[in-house]
Amino acid sequence: MVALFFAYFALVSIAAGVLTVSLKNPVHCGLALLALLMHVSGLFVLLNAEFLWAVQVIVYAGAILVLYLFVLMLLNLKADERYFHSSYPYFLGPALLGAGYVIFLLIRSPFAGVKGDVPDAAVLEHGDTYAVGIKMFSDHLLQFEIIGVFLLGAIIGAIVLAKTPKSIDPMSGKE
Amino acid sequence: MVPLSAYVAVSAVLFMTGLLGVLIRRNFIIVLMSVEIMMNAANINLVAFSHYLESMAGQLTALFFIAVAAGEAAVGLAIIIVVFRGKVSTNVDEMNVLKW
Repeated sequence: MVALFFAYFALVSIAAGVLTVSLKNPVHCGLALLALLMHVSGLFVLLNAEFLWAVQVIVYAGAILVLYLFVLMLLNLKADERYFHSSYPYFLGPALLGAGYVIFLLIRSPFAGVKGDVPDAAVLEHGDTYAVGIKMFSDHLLQFEIIGVFLLGAIIGAIVLAKTPKSIDPMSGKE
Repeated sequence: MVPLSAYVAVSAVLFMTGLLGVLIRRNFIIVLMSVEIMMNAANINLVAFSHYLESMAGQLTALFFIAVAAGEAAVGLAIIIVVFRGKVSTNVDEMNVLKW
């Protein structure tokens, strides 16, 4: 059952990613990106990361994507042309072969490693949110504070950048 | 049980799709969306390794990545608006003021 859901979420997210890159109308690209984000959040649920599922839906689909769509509607863009390099067929074959080889190697790899201290049972006992919270506010407190300062800087930077510039006409600054 | 390598392969395919989008699209907004696809691929990787290696650090890093993605989207879209105000276009080929 988990494998079935995994196949669904994986295939649909890949298809939505390809559509995001290939569709002509930017608004359609944004909607395909929405489908991608929702299905990636489904993958998070399969990995016992419910808190990240909620964060993905709220922050990515609810905030970032709406910001993108606002800007798209503000700029009122037309569908754009895609340019390919004139000799792209020569690169297509080697690129596909290389990508296939990398995926083949990835599927064959066992990826063993040192296990951490939070097994599945410990996560499921109090829920994922509890586990993330305990870890974040004990070991990763400094990163949390840094992210706070970073977001403040991003807010101020975005406002300063997008502000309507003051007129630099020398006569208007006299009064 | 889905093996870890399946998640890594999905994330690799998504990452390559996003990289292709950055390389072939000329609309700046679509380029930023492709960067979001790549960030999502990295997040899948982090959460999958966090689950299979039974450590919480991957999920926390994915959480911080989402915050960084939010800041990046805000600043990137502000830059798009500034450029669009100067020349009425979002074509990345026309943004060559900083080119030497």
